[in-house]
Amino acid sequence: MYMAIFILFAIMSIAGAIMVITLKSPVSSAIALIFVLCCIAGLFALMGALFMAALQVIVYAGAIMVLFLFIIMLLNLKDEILGEDEKKVTRVFGSILGIAFLLEIGFFVRRALTVGSESLMYPVPEQFASIEVISTGLFTKFLFAFEITSVLLLVAIIGAIMLSKGEGKTEY
Amino acid sequence: MIEIPFINLAVIYPEIAIFTASVIVLLVDLFMKGEKQGTLSTITMLGFAAAAIIASRQWFHFETGFSDALIADNFALVFKLLFCAAGVLTLFLSVHYLNREKIFRGEYFFLILSSTVGMMILASANELITAFLGLEVMSVPLYLLAGYDKKKLLSNEAALKYFLMGAFASGILIYGIAFVYGNLGTTNFDEIYRALQGKTLYGEPLLLLGLGLILIGFSFKTAFVPFHSWVPDVYVGTPTPATAFFSIAPKAAGFAILFRLLFKAFAPMMPDITGILWVLAVLTMFAGNLIAIAQRNIKRMLAYSSIAHAGYILIALTTGTADGAKAAILYLLAYTAMNVGAFGIVILLGREGEKDLSIAGYSGLSRRHPIAAAAMALFMFSLAGIPPTAGFIGKFYIFRGAVSAGFIWLAILGVVNSLISVYYYLRVIVIMYMKPEAESDRVITYPLSLMVAIILAAWGTVQIGIFPNSWLNLVRDSVSGFF
Repeated sequence: MYMAIFILFAIMSIAGAIMVITLKSPVSSAIALIFVLCCIAGLFALMGALFMAALQVIVYAGAIMVLFLFIIMLLNLKDEILGEDEKKVTRVFGSILGIAFLLEIGFFVRRALTVGSESLMYPVPEQFASIEVISTGLFTKFLFAFEITSVLLLVAIIGAIMLSKGEGKTEY
Repeated sequence: MIEIPFINLAVIYPEIAIFTASVIVLLVDLFMKGEKQGTLSTITMLGFAAAAIIASRQWFHFETGFSDALIADNFALVFKLLFCAAGVLTLFLSVHYLNREKIFRGEYFFLILSSTVGMMILASANELITAFLGLEVMSVPLYLLAGYDKKKLLSNEAALKYFLMGAFASGILIYGIAFVYGNLGTTNFDEIYRALQGKTLYGEPLLLLGLGLILIGFSFKTAFVPFHSWVPDVYVGTPTPATAFFSIAPKAAGFAILFRLLFKAFAPMMPDITGILWVLAVLTMFAGNLIAIAQRNIKRMLAYSSIAHAGYILIALTTGTADGAKAAILYLLAYTAMNVGAFGIVILLGREGEKDLSIAGYSGLSRRHPIAAAAMALFMFSLAGIPPTAGFIGKFYIFRGAVSAGFIWLAILGVVNSLISVYYYLRVIVIMYMKPEAESDRVITYPLSLMVAIILAAWGTVQIGIFPNSWLNLVRDSVSGFF
């Protein structure tokens, strides 16, 4: 049963991810991405990480993707602007490399199941990814990482304002 | 009951100094009326000076803090000092340039400062998550600096390319970190080192995969071939003083974390990955130098030359010895001086709108502007590694380290590459001194701030080249406690 649900979510998320990069319209891509994120939330829930699953849905599928859709609709991209992707060669070459990379990762994971099996058999710790464990980690072991994120956000805010503040036309 | 970890703020005093300066810059920029460039650059300068003083006073203190997420050993401190020096020199390069291009805004100083905060975190990170966040705090301001000249299409292109490449690199890096964490159950460098005892990299496929992805992620930042494709366009589109900053400080920060990662955390695995590093080093040197030959634009040439220089430092990384680490730090110091100088001359000879950047346009420069030509010649000699300049000393110790560690072929290929590079560096000198003067209405003014930067860079280049002893002592101390 567990395996069946896992495979279902896994296939759905991969199919969704392929749709994100192949669909022509940005709006459909964004909706496919929401679908992917929900499937990943399902995978988290399956591992018992309910808090992570909830975060995934609320933050990614909810907040961030709504922003995505909002911006796509504001930009109002038409087919003429998106244009045809002319570089067929790059696309084929790119997909070959991408698939090779994917197979490589798959090969390593496969080998890990046979060679280094002992290290993969960590028992899932008590209260894995529960609110308590995550928050304790954030304020003790990863306190600095948690705090420095605020600097990162400050820089990002300043940058967004800097780039979007109007100052005349671009020179071509 | 939650156990509160030992927080040792001393370990981030330099970061705090710089970050405070950056916030003050923002506030002053907001509330001050009228001419504010002088005030803002003074605040920035004071921030860098304070951080440098604090860092030099922590020498040999070996502070650690935040549950060992950060460490301020001499190795981290020497990089922090290097970033302060690079920041100050960039500031001197910028003042005149920003006025000439009429693109002065207060955020420029904020971006330089906050990027430096990220680099400092990266240099003293002793844990993978902290390193990742340091990398992001460093990179985001750099993307913005690349696109700083908003009205220019080239600058927009630079920002977009840099941002997309950087975002992919970050994704790959965090993927690698996830694999390492999944395999070892820790992200702390000391704990990784302990967990790796008695393991071989090829017995742990997921670890190999994780380390490989982490290496790729950092290779984008330090621009090793084949992860260099963004470099030329970004360097050309970015405002020139920021390009100088790009070519020095983020590269040094990337090397700092690579050294700590490979020499400390993954030290037991080092013999297994020297092969990969060897190939990367050779590719980086050859691609950088060979493509640089074909360049006609001085900024593009310096971009490829910076790739090649990363290759030389990669030789030092490959050796995996204390001598290698020392040589790399010395080389980075020398490279800072000579590259800031070269970019300073490019700014001096440029004109509004980033014109006059073709190498051919420098012909006959020695007759009308002998001082500028002489300074450029000095920096080109140093970049080519000709004695008695800093570049020679840097290369000498790198190749010597490689030979004594048994990497004879790597040293030979490094020397071959040095010879290739002589061709395109000396071509600039030949054009300046031996070609007839070009028809040009070039008028050069010698602004004070820019001259200060060039004189400091020239002093550094000559000082390291002729009196390397005090620098060698500094470098020797900086790796103490690291091995």
